[in-house]
Amino acid sequence: MIPGPFDYHAPGTLPEALALLSKYGEDAKVLSGGQSLLPLLKLRLGQVGHLVDIGRIPGLEYVREDGGFLKIGGRTRESALEASEAVRARYPILLDTARVIADPVVRNMATVGGNLAHGDPGNDHPATMLALGAQVVAIGPKGERVIPIEKFFLGLFRTALRPDEVLTEIRVPAPPARSGGAYVKLERKVGDYATAGVAVQVTLDGKGAFERVGIGLTNLGPTPIKASEAEKSLVGKRPDAAAMAEASRLVAKASSPTADRRGAVDYKREMARVLTGRALKSAVERAGGR
Amino acid sequence: MQPKTSPEVGGMGHSMKRKEDPRFIRGKGNYVDDISLPGMLWMDIVRSPFAHAKIKKIDTEKALKVPGVLAVITGETLAKFNLHWMPTLMSDTQMVLPTEKVMYQAQEVAAVIATSRYAAADGVDAVEVEYEQLPVVVDPYKALEPNAPVLRTDKKDKKDNRIFHWEAGDRAGTEKAFAEADVKVKQDLYIPRIHVASIETCGCVADFDRVNGKLTVYMTTQAPHAIRTVFALVAGHVGLSEERIRIISPDIGGGFGGKVPVYPGYVIAVAASVVIGKPVKWIEDRMENLQADSFARDYHITAELAAKKDGTITALRMKTLADHGYTDAAANPSKFPAGLFSICTGSYDVKKAFVEVDGVYTNKPPGGIAYRCSFRVTEAVHAIERITDVLAQQLKMDPADLRMKNFIPKEKFPYKSALGWEYDSGDYPRALQLAMEKIGYQALRKEQAEKRARGELMGIGISSFTEIVGAGPSKTFDILGIKMFDSCELRVHPTGKAIARFGTKSQGQGHETTYAQIIAEELGIPASAVQVEEGDTDTAPYGLGTYASRSTPTAGAAGAMAARKVREKARKIAAYLLEVSEDDLVWETGKFSVKGAPSRSKTIQEIAFAAYTNHPQGMEAGLEAVDYYDPPNLTFPFGSYICVVDIDRGTGMVKIRRFVAVDDCGNIINPMIVDGQIHGGLTMGMAPALLEEISYDENGNVQGGSFMDYLLPTAMETPAWELGKTVTPSPHHPFGAKGVGESATVGAPPAIVNAVVDALAHLGVKHVDIPITPEKVWRILKEKGVAE
Amino acid sequence: MAMHDIRVTVNGTPHDAQVESRLLLVHLLRDQLRLTGTHIGCDTTHCGACTVLLDGQPVKSCTVLAVQADGRQVATVEGLEKDGKLHPIQEGFWEKHGLQCGYCTPGMMMTSCALLAKNKNPSEAEIREAISGNLCRCTGYVNIVKAVQFAAERLR
Repeated sequence: MIPGPFDYHAPGTLPEALALLSKYGEDAKVLSGGQSLLPLLKLRLGQVGHLVDIGRIPGLEYVREDGGFLKIGGRTRESALEASEAVRARYPILLDTARVIADPVVRNMATVGGNLAHGDPGNDHPATMLALGAQVVAIGPKGERVIPIEKFFLGLFRTALRPDEVLTEIRVPAPPARSGGAYVKLERKVGDYATAGVAVQVTLDGKGAFERVGIGLTNLGPTPIKASEAEKSLVGKRPDAAAMAEASRLVAKASSPTADRRGAVDYKREMARVLTGRALKSAVERAGGR
Repeated sequence: MQPKTSPEVGGMGHSMKRKEDPRFIRGKGNYVDDISLPGMLWMDIVRSPFAHAKIKKIDTEKALKVPGVLAVITGETLAKFNLHWMPTLMSDTQMVLPTEKVMYQAQEVAAVIATSRYAAADGVDAVEVEYEQLPVVVDPYKALEPNAPVLRTDKKDKKDNRIFHWEAGDRAGTEKAFAEADVKVKQDLYIPRIHVASIETCGCVADFDRVNGKLTVYMTTQAPHAIRTVFALVAGHVGLSEERIRIISPDIGGGFGGKVPVYPGYVIAVAASVVIGKPVKWIEDRMENLQADSFARDYHITAELAAKKDGTITALRMKTLADHGYTDAAANPSKFPAGLFSICTGSYDVKKAFVEVDGVYTNKPPGGIAYRCSFRVTEAVHAIERITDVLAQQLKMDPADLRMKNFIPKEKFPYKSALGWEYDSGDYPRALQLAMEKIGYQALRKEQAEKRARGELMGIGISSFTEIVGAGPSKTFDILGIKMFDSCELRVHPTGKAIARFGTKSQGQGHETTYAQIIAEELGIPASAVQVEEGDTDTAPYGLGTYASRSTPTAGAAGAMAARKVREKARKIAAYLLEVSEDDLVWETGKFSVKGAPSRSKTIQEIAFAAYTNHPQGMEAGLEAVDYYDPPNLTFPFGSYICVVDIDRGTGMVKIRRFVAVDDCGNIINPMIVDGQIHGGLTMGMAPALLEEISYDENGNVQGGSFMDYLLPTAMETPAWELGKTVTPSPHHPFGAKGVGESATVGAPPAIVNAVVDALAHLGVKHVDIPITPEKVWRILKEKGVAE
Repeated sequence: MAMHDIRVTVNGTPHDAQVESRLLLVHLLRDQLRLTGTHIGCDTTHCGACTVLLDGQPVKSCTVLAVQADGRQVATVEGLEKDGKLHPIQEGFWEKHGLQCGYCTPGMMMTSCALLAKNKNPSEAEIREAISGNLCRCTGYVNIVKAVQFAAERLR
């Protein structure tokens, strides 16, 4: 319940934050919402010498549509994402996702950037961002770099973010017409991590066939998973039962869940399949297809 | 039932607002962790990572160097005072701190005393313990095998892991009935470990005053007097004497039976305070709470019914293996090592019955009685309501019809059950009928048939339970020898207000209101003018505390009896004031008046004033009474619950669509409070049915040891419960009331299981063990070829 | 390890404190400021008994560092009553028997207050969702919903 001792810094600007991260290296961690990091520290799982709180740095919380992207500041609270007009109107998959992260009170502190940067395959945004083909913007001592989301998740609790970088923005490409997405999470109760979670973002062509498909998976492997084979299987096909069933089967194949109290491996794999069907159906409906 | 008193008086039947709420809604409750005393130190506990291991070495050097750490207490320290072991409430023995080995994961190994909460935690982190692991026994059946390691090596001459064998009923007669039966059904059921998980964990502030030689312990306890006596007996040899021990149970954030036992943490804190001479606070965190104390259930039951072709049940047999963890620390009445499990003939007129329960040791935390179980009634009712449905399924009979056919008819009460209980009153058909009407039973069966034809899974489950609460009559009930009476001390002040102290201890049940309402009913003093106190052993009369729904049946009765004694003295004073004989007086709420001359009267307030200013010569002044109530019998609340579920064929998730609960707890003091108890009880019935479980892997590592995996329902998982009532008063209780706090937790789980099984019955499913997780259901669907 | 001088305004009153980096906000409130109305019920950020408002938003104060609240406004249950007048949410919990042991109640009320500030007429489903981060073991939530509906009506 009580964390071990650490030092705390609250830089007022990004350069100050970066300087601290460079100084302390692996012994420092960024504190964003703190809703993943602080629980770990309270259980004394993971020691850290220095917390660099980016909570005082202005200009990191925003949701805006700009230049063909939905741009989300790294420190944007999940509750703000939920409340955003743009998200509610044009990115229902993000609303689906935000709404099932932890619980409503935690969402007032938890941040979108933190949800990605923690590198936990159990977090919900990674799957959605994979399905959306988003980009992560990281700022370090050498400046800004844009990391495609498919290259972001490297391993369990490991991302492409360097210890001296801060995740400042997430960019979601604005979907073209005839697009729709959905995130379906199976959880034992509100506040739980996913037994399985599937994010689907699709664009249909003029004839109603799949033009682009993105499928991301939550808690079905050591990292968030992009179900590429399943995605490819749908491109060019119409959203009929056979195609969706095949894609769902391929999603199950792409999953390598571990057994825990949420379920055995075969159950979770099957849930990946079942949830894919449901997410696909909903995404297609939202895309105006049948 | 229409109240007999006005809302201003607030007697029985009024849903008056609670008198205790003003402090809680302001955040001014006084819970144990709110208490801060000058010079107070903090205690935190080092716990074993292993389920069974010898302690080779405890190295406290690093810990003692942590700034703020003052001392580390080990079993060796306590052994010097012979306090390293203590008796349990079942007369077994339990370690306070080990000197040789640990016997469950998370067992207390050492305690750190420090000047701050944070330093104590750092100290715990710095204590280094060397263990030598021993073979672990977690399977109770394996524990009984001839070559199983003997766990209680501390007991000389113990050669196995058996704790007790208990039985009741007619073994031979039951066997004969089974042999002659037309139909027999048998079902194994496992009711796994669960945990009360009240939102406040356990803790204490132990404050030993060296100057006066007095120990005060603020403690999360449901039974402060029993604790005081236990402390006096256990620590009498180190100079603690009962008149100089004060247990104060302040506001308690939920008990549910989890705050009845004496946990090692309390004893260590007391020892620390006595030795150091300063107050010592110990508050466990949630993971400690879930992993080391307050567990409930863990019963492996084989249930059997014998019946005639027409569905008349002729006999019942149950055999149970009770996994108690490493010591029998359950809080049962001493003659009942399996609690009141023999209520398992339930609401049915079963002529022959036999039950046996065997207790066994394993490498798990001790306990078993908690989580609103009424002393194993949850287990008993689960078994009888499940096996009844199994029988209905076998006979292809509607489960409502089967129950109606077998209910003990109203005319047979008081009813002597085949297992020896005398049920006081009941009208079971009426409750089930009302539940069926409220839920629209026939329409639901029709809907189910239609849905089944389309491959949709919908189930309807019934539970018609009889509860047994109000322990209990002194001839059969005691805890550690202390009889299970309860008490009220009532004093009326000159200005007609009153104070009433009781031997029970509310942890949210609203006694400050309901007890005042009882006094108001009997004396006509407004409930708002009756101050109710519980929980301070220096002032409250001796009682056995609040658990097992016993408060209204015992202490509530004592309150009424004390009030009647006061009324009898009031009558004498009134007769004196009105210059008539006592027989010429008529009582109506709040006043005595002269027969035939109603304008000549004295109110209770006038009488109270006179008791101090103008009492008759030869009579003592004052207006008060004490009653120690020895209940002549237990009370038997009952009910019928009906649950409707829909099952998701893709995920296996069970959704409760509707749940109707018809309860009968006799005469009701405060309907709003009773409904609140039912809402909460139903939620604590649903949770074990669908979500909660504490389990162990083969190495004794606990699974479900934090809220990450021990799943308490939120407002989203909890349905909007629908309630109904029937009122069948208890003939022996002073105001016809029965207990009610646990009825819903007892009755709900089998209703839910019965509904799920009903949804799958056409596929050949007979039973599912709780918790009914989505995965369990999915596996059944997969096996039956109907998964999505 | 460094100590920090912070100023946290609680229920409108600024408080200066010197705290360790790791001090949890809930401990600052309870142990140092002796505002014990906010409670602790778990160690994994699930139960919500510790819920307070941080700049108007409900947060779990066991998972916020005291230093993070430096220069900010915290509202706790002790600040609900103003000049001897109960807040409608407190009235609602009392009228509708929305509490039994009272331990989850401060957190429930703070979350509910924030809900009603955003949504003047929440449906039952919206109320249940809003309080889904606050666990109650006693009430089964039925009367808590009624309490919030009562308060909503009073506030409208």
